[in-house]
Amino acid sequence: MNLDFTPEEDAFREEARQWLAAHVPAEPLPSLETGEGFAAHRAWEAELHADRWSVVSWPREFGGRGADIFRWLVFEEEYYAAGAPGRVSQNGINLLAPTLFDHATDEQRARVLPSMASGEVIWAQAWSEPEAGSDLASLRARAVRTDGGWLLHGQKTWSSRAAFADRAFGIFRTDPEAAKPHHGLTYLMFDLKAPGVTVRPIGRLDGKPAFAELFLDGVFVPDEDVIGQPGNGWRIAMSTTGNERGLTLRSPGRFLAAADRLARLWRERGADPALRGRVADALIGARAYQLFTYANASRFAAGERIGAESSLNKVFWSEYDIALHETALELLGADGELADGDWSEGYVFSLAGPIYAGTNEIQRDIIAERLLGLPKGRR
Amino acid sequence: MRFLLETEQAEFGRTLDRMLGAADTPAAVRAWAGGDFGPGRALWARLAEAGVFALAVPETHEGLGLLPVELAVAYVELGRHAMPGPVVETAAVAVLLGALPDGSGVAKEWLPRIAGGDAAVTLAAGAYALDADAADAVFVAAGDTLRTAAGHGPLRESADPARRLFAAEDGEVLARGPEVRAAVARAADLATFLTAAQALGTGLELLRRTVEYARQREQFGVPIGSFQAVKHRLADALIGLEFARPLLFGAALSMTSADIAAAKAAAGDAAYAAARAALQLHGAVGYTEELDLSLWLRKARPLRDAWWSPAVCRARVTGSP
Repeated sequence: MNLDFTPEEDAFREEARQWLAAHVPAEPLPSLETGEGFAAHRAWEAELHADRWSVVSWPREFGGRGADIFRWLVFEEEYYAAGAPGRVSQNGINLLAPTLFDHATDEQRARVLPSMASGEVIWAQAWSEPEAGSDLASLRARAVRTDGGWLLHGQKTWSSRAAFADRAFGIFRTDPEAAKPHHGLTYLMFDLKAPGVTVRPIGRLDGKPAFAELFLDGVFVPDEDVIGQPGNGWRIAMSTTGNERGLTLRSPGRFLAAADRLARLWRERGADPALRGRVADALIGARAYQLFTYANASRFAAGERIGAESSLNKVFWSEYDIALHETALELLGADGELADGDWSEGYVFSLAGPIYAGTNEIQRDIIAERLLGLPKGRR
Repeated sequence: MRFLLETEQAEFGRTLDRMLGAADTPAAVRAWAGGDFGPGRALWARLAEAGVFALAVPETHEGLGLLPVELAVAYVELGRHAMPGPVVETAAVAVLLGALPDGSGVAKEWLPRIAGGDAAVTLAAGAYALDADAADAVFVAAGDTLRTAAGHGPLRESADPARRLFAAEDGEVLARGPEVRAAVARAADLATFLTAAQALGTGLELLRRTVEYARQREQFGVPIGSFQAVKHRLADALIGLEFARPLLFGAALSMTSADIAAAKAAAGDAAYAAARAALQLHGAVGYTEELDLSLWLRKARPLRDAWWSPAVCRARVTGSP
């Protein structure tokens, strides 16, 4: 048992640190949930990509560095420690790309991955529907067979980044006669600018259009944009959400950097003893999350699969993130309520954490049933 | 990087688990609480045979050197089985005596006996010496001075009857000086670290017993474990424990005060949360001392506060402002 990095990993860390020190914008970019900010973040993706830092864990042929899980963790630690911008491409990189690596054809990978790596194409997710949230398998949006492809009809919602994104991915009902709700679904990609697509941005709690409703009226999807076999969409999508809940959606680096920033703020503001315990909890939680991730990465590197344990992860980081931001806002005193404060957007973003990527209620059911062995019941 | 127990380390834990599981540990705990130390000392000897106490004793004194990962593995199992006695304090004394300058007669006298399991000793570094009446020696550390105790006061009952508390009376000075102060600090670090391990084991066992109960206890015609309110409370208990575990082993690798403090704060809180869930979900029967669950339930709070309290741990994590 050890926590040591190899000299090569240390050199990789140093290379990342130096690149970031030379390139991270001195001033924070405008919010990526605005048109101006989205464009600025897209340009940042291109800058990362130019020196192969946008998707370090991908193979070189798609713009990556073939980094293993430990180097990915190292990169993320350095990335957030450097105060680098949020990742506007994260839905594509974290959700769609793993699916493509596992289920797509070589032709699809060659066509989709490079423009994702460069930020030229930004991807939005299209999972939820007005009547299908936690019970995603009850979804109704259809894909109807047509010559050379499929025609999409129906509505998707809570589609993150869709207000400004280029393309989307999701699952659609292709066989309404299937015996069970999660049968007869198909995973496909479509163009948000295609005829028949109407995007209605939705203001989140702070008013920024961070997600959108998608109205689909006979949107044509060519066969080449179907991932895997038609009818297998549920299984393919679950491998994506498994990934989303797993090791790669929220890297420990993000929380280590945030906890350090919080501890600095606390000291700068006079180290109020009344908040000491909560600042300590932020530092302890970030370290716990880092070490928990190292342990799971070690299991992964040893060839084990990470299954329902990723639900522990999801509940932990989403609740941790809110608590950390609440402490920061309290430290700021009267300035805590300002909408444009340093911690304001992070706080609003953190509030969504227990809801997306599988609500924490669903995650706790998974933990109880699959890890503790408690009997299934009515949700 | 390989942040996983090695095969032998994991097997060591399973061996101790089997050994303590096969013995009637709850009976030994109840006997210990009543002042009958025989069954507990018999378990102690078997743990020593398995090498547990040698893990904190230097090789120069018939020990295995300080092996924090193995110690953490072992003390999680001691917590899981509610092992009675001054197990933490004995290891802390081993580290303290081992850190004294070479040629210390007291180290030569006690360390081989600790390693071999012939001596159960205790350490008063604060108000109380745990199990002073059961121990073969009571050491008292204050400032830069280490003494033996001349005796001890009457039993002060703990919230956990198996933890027998006594005020120690100062006796002969064994060593004095800055190196004693440093050795005591190292011993206190180790005691805190091992208390965190014991707390984690305690919490894991409370959760295991409560899950088992929730699977078989039926109300409204179904197991109570099928209700979301029950499931979610148990899921939260597991999350707390599983995020304390890597902090414990991270501390084992660094043995810095800050890492130990983080592990102790997290493990203490997680065990206590597991105890609260266990008590609530067992209902009234969990509130009785006759159910064996009480042996773990009553330990969770004292372990959370013993050695460094949660507030002290958090102060150490933030450092001086």
